[in-house]
Amino acid sequence: MLRMISARVVLLLAMVWTAATVNFVVPRLSDRDPIAERLTQIASQGGGSLAGIQDMVKSYQARFGLDRSLWTQYLDYLNSILHFDLGYSINNYPTRVADQIAYALPWTIGLLGSATLIAFVCGTLLGALAAWPRAPKLFRNILPLFMILSAIPFYLVGLMLVYFLAFRFNWFPSGGGSELTAVAGWSWTYAIDVLRHSLLPAFSIVIASIGFWAIGMRGMMVSVQGEDYMLFADAKGLRPRRIFFGYGMRNAVLPQVTALALSLGRIITGSVLVEMVFAYPGIGTLLFESIKLSDFFTIYGCVLVLVLATGMSMISVDLIYPLLDPRAGAAHE
Amino acid sequence: MSDAPARPRRRWRLPRLGYLGGSPSFISGVAMLVALLLFAAIGRIAIDTTLSEPLSAMPNQPPSWETPFGSDSQGRDLLAVLVLGTWLTVKVGLLAGLMGITVGTTAGLVSAYCGGLVDLALRWVIDVGLTIPPLLLLIVIASSLRGHLDSTGMALIIGSLSWFGPARQIRAQALIMRQSGYVLTARLSGRSGTKIVFLEMLPNLLPFLMAALVLASSAAILSSVGLDALGLGPMDEPTLGMTVYWMLYYTAFMRGLWWWILAPIVMLVILFVALYLISQGLDAFANPRLRQRTS
Repeated sequence: MLRMISARVVLLLAMVWTAATVNFVVPRLSDRDPIAERLTQIASQGGGSLAGIQDMVKSYQARFGLDRSLWTQYLDYLNSILHFDLGYSINNYPTRVADQIAYALPWTIGLLGSATLIAFVCGTLLGALAAWPRAPKLFRNILPLFMILSAIPFYLVGLMLVYFLAFRFNWFPSGGGSELTAVAGWSWTYAIDVLRHSLLPAFSIVIASIGFWAIGMRGMMVSVQGEDYMLFADAKGLRPRRIFFGYGMRNAVLPQVTALALSLGRIITGSVLVEMVFAYPGIGTLLFESIKLSDFFTIYGCVLVLVLATGMSMISVDLIYPLLDPRAGAAHE
Repeated sequence: MSDAPARPRRRWRLPRLGYLGGSPSFISGVAMLVALLLFAAIGRIAIDTTLSEPLSAMPNQPPSWETPFGSDSQGRDLLAVLVLGTWLTVKVGLLAGLMGITVGTTAGLVSAYCGGLVDLALRWVIDVGLTIPPLLLLIVIASSLRGHLDSTGMALIIGSLSWFGPARQIRAQALIMRQSGYVLTARLSGRSGTKIVFLEMLPNLLPFLMAALVLASSAAILSSVGLDALGLGPMDEPTLGMTVYWMLYYTAFMRGLWWWILAPIVMLVILFVALYLISQGLDAFANPRLRQRTS
């Protein structure tokens, strides 16, 4: 168990190190100078506040230490990453990238976490019921529909939902995290407002990923049904509900958890694009806006945080796994 | 002795092709893909694809006789955009997929055959590469290269990051294969390592590679469309993803330009569903255990 965790932590470190190194190396290979570009952009727009530009150039040069050797620059960079110092946003100068991300992160975690959980639970149940001979036929018949929907990226489903439900029928708000006039705080109206705005983005993630979970679960459920303990449970005269949940699903769900760990990266990048479609105020929208404005430090910061988030959530799924499967913990101890 | 590797191959390949023919998801997937490709190919012959450039039609026109699919806010004729865009998008996917499979197969076979330190190092690279979502690294690379990147360059970059998955699968397959009779026979008869890997093992991996190619191409299209939609794609090429980007950029939703919204979405949905159905069919073809389980 301890060995498994330490292997995972090493993998996480390797992930973050790779992403950080790519962030460091790639901009140096290209001939773009983000600061100069931003300066020209401001100049070409005419006016704009030039205050702080000098500071910005200074901090940029100090940060990249262009006079020092590449190795010291690299080590300094890694050191600043370790302290979560992601530099300043080029676009909103004295704002730090880390602060921008800290504002956006709760939105992303809330949306992504709840949508993934809902999709996982619904998909797993649907898959299990589709393989269960005593379950209504309905579950078997709607499965192909969800399988096909699972082939479509989240954000395309989102675009369709926006078009039909938000613009055609006007049932849902078309984007944003809350009404523009809403006052953030712990009030019921604000909570309901936030919930209403998150329904459509969450829904597009859920219906586009239910199929994925259902297919895996159906396959496992079919093979579990051939096991002796199922026959034994039946022979003992247990109630069908108990056999289904306690004996069938309990054993078939384990590979699903492994699959969850493996597909977290896909889910996270997918939901980044969903946020873009809905202008949901999370990391995805921050990324989209930064790309539009060539705000390089924010782009790199977002990428780094998303890689970190992927690694962290993988580790937490791995930690949950032994709780579900006692054999996994015992085998390693 | 030289017949030995050929015989088992021939024996199990024929009935499977027959099985594939009977797989409804494979057939409908291929039909959808062929329809899309025909649309792109016939379109390229029948209409003038330079109409996909801005200012070649009246902007914001709904579908009519002159512009059957309407036009966008920059005056692109959307029929020409879809014809060229489907072509470009499929091209990016196929190119990146082929590259990922080629590199991945080589890496997987080398890793499995060499073993030892080489295997350990490659396995580490693959493990880390698989856990970092490729789109994130692509965002960094593409944003640094923005403006210099055409669809072919993008395909190559995506391809260079999409070999981890195939490499791991091929490695696993090759490890099993390494213990099989015909590889042992070939080794005993003194064939060189490279010959065994490429002449004995690779041909037997072909059905598997086909399935992996479809998966890799589909993943590459997913990445490329995602990058395009984020605004990191080729600005002067009308790929389907760029059409999504322009549509979001010019707020087609607010203005109710439904023909512009639906055009790229419908094409992409058909493309993704087709590739999914094909890969479902091929999966059962390449992986017989799966076939028994789901049928």
